[in-house]
Amino acid sequence: MVSDLAYTHIKISQLQKSFGDLTVLKGIDLEVKKGEFIAIVGKSGCGKSTLLRLIAGLDYYDEGTLYVNGKKLTSLNKDARIMFQDGRLLPWKKVIDNVGIGLSGKWKSVALESLKQVGLEEKKDEWPSRLSGGQQQRVALARALVHKPELLLLDEPLGALDALTRIEMQHLIEEIWSEKKITSILVTHDVEEAVTLADRVILIRDGKIELNQEIDLPRPRQRTQSAFSNYVETILDKILKSPKEKSLRLVE
Amino acid sequence: MKQFLKKFALQIIPWALPLLLVVTWQVFSMKGIIPNTILPAPSDVFMAGVSLFQSGELMEHLSISLWRALLGFLIGGAIGFILGLLNGLFRTWDLLIDTSIQMLRNIPHLALIPLVILWFGIDETSKVFLVAIGVMFPVYINTYHGIKYVDKGLIEMGRAYGLKGFSLFYSVILPGALSSVLVGIRFSLGVMWLTLIVAETISAHSGIGFMAMNAREFMQMDIIVLSILLYALFGKLSDMIARFFERRWLKWNF
Repeated sequence: MVSDLAYTHIKISQLQKSFGDLTVLKGIDLEVKKGEFIAIVGKSGCGKSTLLRLIAGLDYYDEGTLYVNGKKLTSLNKDARIMFQDGRLLPWKKVIDNVGIGLSGKWKSVALESLKQVGLEEKKDEWPSRLSGGQQQRVALARALVHKPELLLLDEPLGALDALTRIEMQHLIEEIWSEKKITSILVTHDVEEAVTLADRVILIRDGKIELNQEIDLPRPRQRTQSAFSNYVETILDKILKSPKEKSLRLVE
Repeated sequence: MKQFLKKFALQIIPWALPLLLVVTWQVFSMKGIIPNTILPAPSDVFMAGVSLFQSGELMEHLSISLWRALLGFLIGGAIGFILGLLNGLFRTWDLLIDTSIQMLRNIPHLALIPLVILWFGIDETSKVFLVAIGVMFPVYINTYHGIKYVDKGLIEMGRAYGLKGFSLFYSVILPGALSSVLVGIRFSLGVMWLTLIVAETISAHSGIGFMAMNAREFMQMDIIVLSILLYALFGKLSDMIARFFERRWLKWNF
């Protein structure tokens, strides 16, 4: 157990969270290892985003415990950087200045390096409003990476993108993850996306973890593989709990 | 060349209508359709302006009016802006002050003129005071509103990315509120001229408004019209200044 602890990045037990009368999370137990890629799926309103926000320290839990690197999280999680569904770039700052938010000292070269990583260094002096949705999310990714976070939290960052851009972004995220081995937690409603990217897929239903599925496939994963489709179907079945709707890919 | 012509036309077109009006007016005056005792010809107004300028009177009145406008605007604008910031940012201030301001705001500030004359007499203080009061409220309301309605998502992002206190204010909240603040400033520039005209007309020894009232005593129609035109010109000028700052500070929006 002790040796395990060194590899445990996040340890959550019996976590509960309510908003007013509504209990969103009803006792979540979850461990995330260092460098692991976790995807959390579930229907809208199941509490998956809430869980991510608790891990980020943007909201506070009511009951239970949440440990990050062995320390109880009581305020903003400084190891973590979060990517939101809407890019949340500051429209009044040029791309490079957006990437450099929260940096100090000689930040410009670091920010530029990060922009290079997402392939947008030539856009550094543009206003964010001039970029496409996919480019904006790439800038948001660069902004998250520039802080060299130990933990990358992705709150449906690709939800608003078109199918092709989404696949491109998935490749980029996987590439960066495998290069830096940042512990990553992705919240998504796209089960295929979850199976493509994650080591483990967590299914949340009515505020509880319903499924904790290891994805044992070599990377990069081929969507056409039968093993891949099996995983997707198993998870979808669990979400829908109705075999008739099996063919539905997107659960919203 | 085509590009150049287009640009030129865009600059000229807004002025076409005023120009046409002045020309028509001149022609009508010269033909005697508009009697000189009702409305002097534009050329007469212009000549009155020239002679007042030569005697130095015009510059004296102009500069005193501008000075009052500017000083009142700066004082009132600063107070409105600071109160708007405090109440927008801090809940305690908001609770303490906002209700009182909303009550005061609904008193027409020009209703204070009799009181202000009794307090300060008719020297500079009374004019500057009135302008400041008039300017304060639009700046306050728009600053307050701007701060309150900065995108909560951006503020949360800022916090999550390590901004807090002043850096959060400076990078996220202030720029987010700026367009609303500028709306307040443009609005208050209008209030500024309005207040000054009224105050100078009712009680003053100098300034454009006084010049007009003085001319009335001697039936100098040309000077009265000149004063009115000067206010129109100032109004346009202050609007241009406000636009300039909008272009500069809201570049990302254009």
